[in-house]
Amino acid sequence: MKKRQFTLTALCISLIGFAIPAAAEKKYDPGASDTEIKIGQTMPYSGPASAYGVIGKVQAAYFKQLNEQGGVNGRKINFISLDDGYSPPKTVEMIRRLVEQDEVLLTLGTLGTPSNTAIHKYMNTKKVPHMFLATGASKWNDPKNNPWTIGFNPNYHSEGKLYAQHILATKPNAKIAVLFQNDDYGKDYFNGFKEGLGAKAASMIVSQASYEVTDPTIDSQIVSLKGSGADTFFNITTPKFAAQAIRKVSEVGWKPTHYLNQVSASVGSVLKPAGLDVSVGLISMQYIKEGADSRWDNDPTMKDFKALIKKYAPEVSPDDGNATYGYAVAQMMVQVLKQAGDNLTRENVMKQAASIKDFQVPMALPGVLASTSPTDFALFQTMQLVKFDGKNWIEFGKPVAVN
Amino acid sequence: METFIHQIVAGIATGGVYASLALALVMIYQSTHHINFAQGEIAMFATYMAWTLINAGVSYWLAFVCTILLSFSLGVLIQRIIIRPVENAPVLNIVVVFIGLLVILNSIAGWIFTYTIKAFPSPFPKEPPFGLYFISSHELGSIGVTMVLLLLLYSFFKFTPLGLAMRAAAQNPDSSRLVGIRVGWMLALGWGLAAAIGSVAGMMIAPVVFLEPNMMSGILLYAFAAALVGGIDSPGGAVLGGFIVGILENILGAYVIGTELKLSVALVLIIVVLTIKPAGLFGKVIVSRV
Amino acid sequence: MSFNLLSSENSIPWIRIVLGLILACILPFFISNYSVFQASMVLSYAIALVGMNILIGYSGQISLGHGAFMAIGAYTSAILMDKMNIPYWMTIPVAAFICFVVGFLFGLPALRLEGHYLALATFALAVALPQLLKFKHLEFLTGGVQGIVIMKPDPPWETLFGLRLNSDRWLYFFTLAITLVMFIVGWNLMRGRVGRALIAIRDQPIAAASMGINTPMYKSLAFGVSAMFTGVAGALSAILVAFVAPDSFTVFLSITLLVGMVIGGVTSLPGALYGALFIQFIPNIADQISKAAPWAIYGSMLILFMYTMPTGIAGALRLLGEKFRPTRS
Repeated sequence: MKKRQFTLTALCISLIGFAIPAAAEKKYDPGASDTEIKIGQTMPYSGPASAYGVIGKVQAAYFKQLNEQGGVNGRKINFISLDDGYSPPKTVEMIRRLVEQDEVLLTLGTLGTPSNTAIHKYMNTKKVPHMFLATGASKWNDPKNNPWTIGFNPNYHSEGKLYAQHILATKPNAKIAVLFQNDDYGKDYFNGFKEGLGAKAASMIVSQASYEVTDPTIDSQIVSLKGSGADTFFNITTPKFAAQAIRKVSEVGWKPTHYLNQVSASVGSVLKPAGLDVSVGLISMQYIKEGADSRWDNDPTMKDFKALIKKYAPEVSPDDGNATYGYAVAQMMVQVLKQAGDNLTRENVMKQAASIKDFQVPMALPGVLASTSPTDFALFQTMQLVKFDGKNWIEFGKPVAVN
Repeated sequence: METFIHQIVAGIATGGVYASLALALVMIYQSTHHINFAQGEIAMFATYMAWTLINAGVSYWLAFVCTILLSFSLGVLIQRIIIRPVENAPVLNIVVVFIGLLVILNSIAGWIFTYTIKAFPSPFPKEPPFGLYFISSHELGSIGVTMVLLLLLYSFFKFTPLGLAMRAAAQNPDSSRLVGIRVGWMLALGWGLAAAIGSVAGMMIAPVVFLEPNMMSGILLYAFAAALVGGIDSPGGAVLGGFIVGILENILGAYVIGTELKLSVALVLIIVVLTIKPAGLFGKVIVSRV
Repeated sequence: MSFNLLSSENSIPWIRIVLGLILACILPFFISNYSVFQASMVLSYAIALVGMNILIGYSGQISLGHGAFMAIGAYTSAILMDKMNIPYWMTIPVAAFICFVVGFLFGLPALRLEGHYLALATFALAVALPQLLKFKHLEFLTGGVQGIVIMKPDPPWETLFGLRLNSDRWLYFFTLAITLVMFIVGWNLMRGRVGRALIAIRDQPIAAASMGINTPMYKSLAFGVSAMFTGVAGALSAILVAFVAPDSFTVFLSITLLVGMVIGGVTSLPGALYGALFIQFIPNIADQISKAAPWAIYGSMLILFMYTMPTGIAGALRLLGEKFRPTRS
């Protein structure tokens, strides 16, 4: 009896002894190994959206510096970022190359709604993590049908709703004019805005105008919008046109309550060229720290960031909103990889991305926490309204929960 | 009513933008009988040169003049080095070279200056003229500058022997050589002048649309349309064409078809004009008898 | 060795063609799926370039707007597959027919314009079409700015002669078959009465008219046929990429097609293939040479090609071939 018990116990102990290293055993999918993690990306470094290429440049610099400091859990990040010229067929080609030829573990921050739509089904069929997309379209938050895709930007639709609700609360009889870019991005914002106004949308929106990215100016649109007699203006534009709109609104002597979408709210790349003095009073939403904001001059992350681009990407301006955004995304990615530890299967990476608990991305505004769950992939659950005072964006009111 | 007038005035202002680039296109056409698609990019590049000078502390007007001289040289260099080898090649080959040039200039500008927009200063006061909000002082000033350019260009081609020699060199290079005109240098001169005009256009346009490598791509199409509507060999026609296109675009967008289709409709209308008057409104119709 | 009507050699190099076909057929089993996908894209571009050859090379009319016909073909295919569940192979002839009609109708007024004016008109078409595709009242059909996502077709058989067929390989063979058909159609058209009439109109329009050639009809026909070829290419590319959106068909596409045609060789059928290879692979190569300014490299290559090979790659190869061929008595 005793001998049997002994052998049994010994067997159990040895089995457990084998089990523990097995659980801590490293697991890899293509793109991950003991020494490196391969991350793929497509970015419009050329073409109409090339101003966003800064994002990829900053991320490349971030990973380069990280590698010099030892990498993540001892592994270097091999960041392969390819140009897709904002053309969906090119995105498909480059992503296929990254997945099938370069065999990356995951893709990070692929930019543009049409570009991402083109590869959405492919990534989910191939079961490759399609991570932290650089677009705020609402359709990326769909863990049930597309469990391999997770967005990053706060939802455009929700942001539009946020402004609508603010107008309803502060100026219920407002006459609203809307300028929007005639594409997925513009329409997503506009639809959210209309939904936020609810039944009053038709009566409150007195004028709307769209523009194409290929239009030289939006002067005519602004003239029309002013002529409608509106006293509130929702400006859904990308940076270049945002600057033009802000400038033109002041030039035609129109002084509406001016809401500007977050994507174009960078002090350095939009408000400064437009004119800081004419930008006073603009209302927007913020979730990432701004390089031009003097509040963060002594903030450790901001200091690191400015040192990084000075050393590795000197052509990038620290005031460029795209730059701090790219940095924030890279930080989020590193956090997920850290959480994954030695289990670098694609499945585990997605699992970690789906279980972020109140994480403060260092580059995000203090208090803007990232959280995900297996049923809700939207990273940022609250939005903060801000108003421009001529120098910085100043928060007002409390962060609002968005859905 | 007030908005209507405002739209027209805004159309004239935008039209002025198209007109200034259209003048450069007319210049290059009159001197080489080719339409240079890279003209917009040369103008953009020249504007970046001005921006670099101004950022280095040079005063605006000094930078303005330096840029004109620099672009003139750039234009001449491009013609002598890049265009000359394909001067006698089929038109399509020359078009491909233009496209190559366009792409190179755009890419290099993006590499050196990045794609983030930059503000470009205007020499005109910030306050609107006469306190009216219909047009900004800069836009009014730019139209003035365009008119001055137009006058200079017109007088040059009509009244100076050099202008005549250039037109001859473009129209009939062989006979011109027989008369003693140095055709090669006429072409180079034409390129230089077109680049110089383009640089002025760029410096007038940049304060309105903000300086970035893709600044001219939207404008080039409208400038092209303006030049053709007005008559590709008529500087005055090109400028008028620019205003017509600007006003048409604005009125269509605001009152007729809405902004979502105004581009298509404007272009359709231009083509209709061209089918009725194939040489443009003020172009010379060349009648060939068989 | 040339498919060029202007050359005295009209003999078809059967050996080269057969060898080429055999190579093309075994290729997909030796390269990765990704490369097979790229090869299929090259073939679809080649078809588009044949279309441009017909219009610009043989008929002498210029077009800066063929990207628009690719868009029409692609969207036709996408809408039929997505909204009406029509099998992908049936969409090709429909796209061909619709593009022929649109091209012909566009050619009718356009032929009043010459040279630069026609260039502007076609350029305008290329610029205006994406806006039309985004038009909200057509959204129910075109998917508006969101575009249309298509299901990638599965191969009908699991294996072919014992070799495994997957979706990419099957689509490659499908594209190859259609490319062959289109090349043969193009070859026959240009070799026959239509081609001769077009060349006559291009070189001596007045003489041609006085010889009884119905110039307006042939010019419009050329536009229609050319649009048809490009439309087929568009439909194929839609199936290959499995997605269409207005952003896929910008003016840059039209310019790329023009560049490809000139670089390949303007009146040459194999030139269409060389041009397609150029526009598919050179941007990638330029990207590898210089990450900072890849398009500057691309532009420089364009200019270099025009200096060294004014008759295109096909022309240069022909000249090379003539140098090495033993002189015949």
